[in-house]
Amino acid sequence: MAGIESYAVYVPSGRLVRAAIGETLGTPRGRGARPVASYDEDSTTLAVAAVRRAVVSARDIDGSLWFATSRPAYLEKSNAATVATAGGLPEGCAAYDVGGALRGGAGALRAGLAEGSAVVVASDLRYALPGSVDESEGADASAGFVVGPQAVAELVASVSITRELLERWREPGETRTHTWEDRFGAEEYVPLGQRALDDVLDRCEIKSEDLRKVVISTPHSRTGAALQKKFSAEQGDLGAVADLGYAGAADLGVGLVAAFEAAAPGDLVLAMSVVDGADAFVFRMTERHRPGGSGLETLGTSTAEISYADFLTWRGLLPREPARRPALKPPVPPASLRASGWKFGFVAGRCRECEYRNLPPRRVCLRCNARDSSEPEPMIDVPAYVATLTDDWLSESVQLPAKVAAVDFEGGGRFEFELADAAGRTVNPGDPVVPTFRVAGVADNKVRNYIWKVRPHREGGC
Amino acid sequence: MGTHALRNPVAIVGMACTEFGEHWDLSVDDLLIEATHGAVDSVPGLDLQQVDAFWLGVMTSGVSGLTLTRPLGLAHKPVTRVENMCATGSEAFRNACYAVSSGAYDVVMAVGGEKLKDAGYSGLEMPSVPNDGTPPVLSAPAMYSMIVPAYARRYGLSEARIKEAMTHIAWKNHANGALNPRAQFRKVMSKETIASAPALAGNLSLFDCSGVADGGAAAVVVRAEDALKYTDRPLYVHALALDAGAGTGRNDSDYDYSDLAESRLSAEAAYAQAGITDPATEISLAEVHDCFTPTELVLMEELGLSERGEAWRDVLDGRYDRLGTLPVNVDGGLKSFGHPIGASGLRMLFEMWLQFRGEAGDRQVPTPGFGLVQNQGGSPGDLVSAVTIVSSRAPVT
Repeated sequence: MAGIESYAVYVPSGRLVRAAIGETLGTPRGRGARPVASYDEDSTTLAVAAVRRAVVSARDIDGSLWFATSRPAYLEKSNAATVATAGGLPEGCAAYDVGGALRGGAGALRAGLAEGSAVVVASDLRYALPGSVDESEGADASAGFVVGPQAVAELVASVSITRELLERWREPGETRTHTWEDRFGAEEYVPLGQRALDDVLDRCEIKSEDLRKVVISTPHSRTGAALQKKFSAEQGDLGAVADLGYAGAADLGVGLVAAFEAAAPGDLVLAMSVVDGADAFVFRMTERHRPGGSGLETLGTSTAEISYADFLTWRGLLPREPARRPALKPPVPPASLRASGWKFGFVAGRCRECEYRNLPPRRVCLRCNARDSSEPEPMIDVPAYVATLTDDWLSESVQLPAKVAAVDFEGGGRFEFELADAAGRTVNPGDPVVPTFRVAGVADNKVRNYIWKVRPHREGGC
Repeated sequence: MGTHALRNPVAIVGMACTEFGEHWDLSVDDLLIEATHGAVDSVPGLDLQQVDAFWLGVMTSGVSGLTLTRPLGLAHKPVTRVENMCATGSEAFRNACYAVSSGAYDVVMAVGGEKLKDAGYSGLEMPSVPNDGTPPVLSAPAMYSMIVPAYARRYGLSEARIKEAMTHIAWKNHANGALNPRAQFRKVMSKETIASAPALAGNLSLFDCSGVADGGAAAVVVRAEDALKYTDRPLYVHALALDAGAGTGRNDSDYDYSDLAESRLSAEAAYAQAGITDPATEISLAEVHDCFTPTELVLMEELGLSERGEAWRDVLDGRYDRLGTLPVNVDGGLKSFGHPIGASGLRMLFEMWLQFRGEAGDRQVPTPGFGLVQNQGGSPGDLVSAVTIVSSRAPVT
């Protein structure tokens, strides 16, 4: 039976301490900290990180990629295509955007499960006007799933109910999300959730107490709290994930990964999304299930505190006087297309004659001058180390100083990268780094320059 | 196959150099007119129309030979625009020399100029072809700052010790520039001020970086056999060398950022042409490409003026000071004379012109041997370097 073969989350290392918002705005101080995508991350790069972690073997993917987010990086142009290419998926993988609505996260999962073999990924950046609930209680994150017959979590049943309900809305490109009165949402959503829950349990012919873990995902916190009361504290305990905040279209997936990680073979897991209706999925963990390696390991470690000023700046909510620099030059589409394997796939060229890896691939090997001897060489899993580095206060980067490192790859190959997630961190020659797909910059013509960078190796995670 | 000295040697018989600086009141046309007419005027009896051909070096201030002919109103002359990054000025000169040496022309001119301060930025905006957005984007100071930790590792030195030598170089070049009425920065800076400036990239602060300037310079070149018809003190050319690397260092895990091989190889080629076997003693003064202070430090070794790993000590001992045994960048160098790209190589030659003619005023140093001009473009691992050797003695052919 089709189900989830592998899964992963990606949670950026940045953390905004909620109390910092209150201190700045003179409002009550929240508790804990929320994950913050870096200045060079967007919904597409977050999704790539989850796909790269979730997909164990891209060659075995025989289906579509379904990508959901409420903050698509582009409209008209497919972001799913970027996620598929940078995620290392084969060209035969159909890639589709499920963009705009928060419910897309559940929709992408349902589409992938219905297809029977697919990659499902959802990502989101949660921010709104300063002082909003979405700002303090939101989380930037992504979750990815590989759907197929060799399931570690097989789908037992699912239920979906659609309701035309204007409880929250945001215009494309706008920062602010509008909401209606809180009680209105609760009175509509709680019964909807209950109905979906009852229906799905009926279809499984199980009782709620048979569930090992329960994930309730909703932007409407009062609804979430009410529905959680239907279950025991232990059923609803998702560990550290519970403190992250609501991750938008990715929220259901992030919760589901946490539930899977806490479950054992034979356990039943319920995941329910309550927004614009309700979607409920019940999974049974199979004997193939082995927890670990999902990306949740990094949640409690390797985080870096981000100031409220940086958070606002990165999200474009605190316009700052730019440095006196020439305008960013955008990459041009034909050159990006020609270099797609390198630019999006992080595929170098290995010389057949001397074995040296050329980053980027070259017609003429830089070591031995052999001509047209290059074989594609994926670099994503090749161990890499800082050879030397410098701080560049004159960089085009958003965050100064940019740390720029010459990075050597085990077995040969060097490239100079801007280090991601390195602000405030001490990085030394010899330190291990890992590739990460990021946005180098956005030019005046709105072209987003996606490139591979490297970031310091995070303990406990890849 | 082989690289040789010119079979028909050439000589500079007239030169000019504008003041370098932020010339808000001068266009590139003004700078080229001043340099060109200044060079012609420096040769008694020479008229612009008597110059048979021109080589114009500009990197960002114009394209084609028309960039020179339009402002000059110069019609129907062979005028070639050349560009080789920051070595553009030397390239204009080298090609002009070959043309007159070949016998194709009798009198030629190399002109270099740049108008950078109309860009509105303190740094240099490099022209770039549209690309896929993946080439690393480092500022020039960041690229050159990579030299410091690499050199420290290579010779087991502390970066603090290297910074001490870098500060000495900045101090020296500022002190030299203070004596030069054409220099962009004419103020002596204390080592304390230099060392305490905030970082721009790695270990480089403001005073470790050359200034971006407007300026122009030009040279009139004839065959050596004709030189004394134009001046009683020509500056003879003993060697012209250029080395363009493969530009692969930054993608080669064997590359060490303190290695400026193109500078070394261009110098070796030039020394062979000039018959120099011991540059450290045969060269009397040098103008080298001090775009950043660690560049000058490493160049002392690449050019064979200091032993490997000893340049920092020679610098701190004052060997390259104006009153040292081998003065380097007596005119202030790129550091304080300023760096209008297309003009810089010719500006370096202009100091040789003054020094070997005894016209350098307060900066005058003895010139018993050869003069070395080294001018480069690019960054460590991705470099072109030009070396020119001159003296007041005619080459022996």
